[in-house]
Amino acid sequence: MPVMFSVLEMTPDWMLTHGPAFLMALPLLMASIMAVLPNKRVAWATTFVVTALLTVTAFALALYNAEVGTTIYKMGGWAPPHGISLVIDALNAPILVLIALMSFITVIYALPATVAEIKPNKRAPFYAAFLLCIAGLLGMVITGDAFNVFVFLEVSSISTYVLVAMGAARDRRALSAAYNYLILGSIGATFFVIGIGFLYMETGTLNMADMARILADLDGGSRVAKVAFAFIIIGLGLKLAMFPLHTWLPGAYAYSPTPVTVFLASTATKAALYLLLRFTFFVFDPSYAYVADLLLYILVGMGVIGMVFASLQAIFQTDARRMLAFSSVAQVGYMLLGIGIATTASVAAGYLHLINHAVIKGGLFIAVGAMWYRFGITRTEDFKGLGKTMPWTMGAFTVLGLSLVGVPFTAGFVSKVNLTLAAANAGWYWAVGLIMLTSILALIYIGRVLLLAYFQSPPTVNGEVVVRNEAPLMMLIPMWACATASVVIGVNSDAVVGASIRAAELLLGAG
Amino acid sequence: MSEIFSQYNYVVVIVLMMTGLYIVFASRNLIKKLAGLSVFQTSVFLLYITIAKVTGGQPPILVEDKPYGADKDGHALLDGPIQVAAGDGAFLLPGPGSDVLYSNPLPHVLILTAIVVGVATLSIGLALTVRIREVYHSIEEDEIQAMDFVYNLEGTAD
Repeated sequence: MPVMFSVLEMTPDWMLTHGPAFLMALPLLMASIMAVLPNKRVAWATTFVVTALLTVTAFALALYNAEVGTTIYKMGGWAPPHGISLVIDALNAPILVLIALMSFITVIYALPATVAEIKPNKRAPFYAAFLLCIAGLLGMVITGDAFNVFVFLEVSSISTYVLVAMGAARDRRALSAAYNYLILGSIGATFFVIGIGFLYMETGTLNMADMARILADLDGGSRVAKVAFAFIIIGLGLKLAMFPLHTWLPGAYAYSPTPVTVFLASTATKAALYLLLRFTFFVFDPSYAYVADLLLYILVGMGVIGMVFASLQAIFQTDARRMLAFSSVAQVGYMLLGIGIATTASVAAGYLHLINHAVIKGGLFIAVGAMWYRFGITRTEDFKGLGKTMPWTMGAFTVLGLSLVGVPFTAGFVSKVNLTLAAANAGWYWAVGLIMLTSILALIYIGRVLLLAYFQSPPTVNGEVVVRNEAPLMMLIPMWACATASVVIGVNSDAVVGASIRAAELLLGAG
Repeated sequence: MSEIFSQYNYVVVIVLMMTGLYIVFASRNLIKKLAGLSVFQTSVFLLYITIAKVTGGQPPILVEDKPYGADKDGHALLDGPIQVAAGDGAFLLPGPGSDVLYSNPLPHVLILTAIVVGVATLSIGLALTVRIREVYHSIEEDEIQAMDFVYNLEGTAD
């Protein structure tokens, strides 16, 4: 594509050669400067510039990766496996772009939202924690060193606990939600680090590519490697909200400040899912019996149980953000199902759904946040008449909601069709049925809200009918960016599908 | 039985790990939960320190003109100890085949990082507990959940 090559020519050389280190270092450095910045507007502007730079860098690196293949950046000039390496390959380049782009979209939305939700003297620390979270997520995706993953996982997690707790200015339940997330998140991260320790015992290295090579030489390794694998999967399962380990998620999504929900829903669980892919297919390999068993019985099992139960729970939620949070758990189930079937097509479909769902859920949470901003709405029953009072916001909510259900010409449809085809080709017809069933459940919980919004008249407050009061432009832009992206992917999905197939081929080999 | 005693540090690790995890899940007091979490994390530090002890290991010091590490078949490239000149005389670095109990620095460094992470988690947890105490006037999880339940009912009643 000629357009893309011209973009590559425009990017300076240092961005391509030192971009990987730049991606982690810039937000880390700016976060520490931000913490002492006095003025909230300067803090927002700086965050805006930083995330814009990160997005450009991530895009340039992804394009460069598509052109030259896997690149390895040696931190401090120390060659792997002894030094820490930053790896950019077909698997993590799209995730890097996703995280950078969604953080940029969140920052645009955060300008009006933080004014309403965060106390003025807390806004600079808020953006500092936000940048730390971005640095942690980008770091854990980009690094090629297993222990480094743990460090960045904790950088992002600890800043997330702080961000969730900042919702206490609006709803005190944010504090207990943050506390629960802290306990479960720390247990998850500690399980992960125990797993890394056992893996180090088995292989004597921390570099993930080196681990993969040594494990392949050992033919899957001894019982130590199996224990390591179990600990790593449980740890990551907590972080990515695998079905029985998802209990921290609804509270954290529902009571945190709305920009934090947008960012968490579209990036945090996705980065953990990326790590799951990295460990099950890259470090370990599905050709080892214990990995194949886990994929078949645990990931698929928990995935489908999560799909059905979380969708059912979403139907009975009265809080709009809790409903979307349970829907997120259900969507994680789709991704786990795709990963668990473990054919190239199904892993590609799971990966595709990961990207699409991040865009869809980010947009939906922005729309719900805008409704809270204008009318203080958190409960689904208050959606009455929103089609008349906030037509543009509700329009974006409708497009994204239908995309979540999987209506044709939307992103959700593309990923669900791919997943269904992959399941059918692998002979998993019961999984096809379950995908249909949960799509109907999704139609119920989204449709219920849409019916209220469009076919009920706006409520009367103090004897007067609520008049039209649209969300501010700074909320409409990111919301409609997500909605448009969802439709564009739905109509012409070549770029995203191509990226997901490249990622799956990297993990499983072509075919 | 003697195997268990010869590897008693693993036993300590497992006992601490399970104790910590049990405290986190069984206690309903927010501070006690954090204490349990700390015990749990500390057990991991001990695990890492345990695996850092290697008999007959070779220090990661590069000596001019001497090879280091092992070849691809796993045979050490260096046979026997190396003489190193230090401040007040020469001494021998243990090489492969020696029975010196050697401390691998890498897990120690890793766990230094993990200790910092543990401190950060604990401090955030304690800070959250202080805030919860200010808002709810309780640090018992049952009472907080009961208050949240009432709050939820009130929130949907009007």
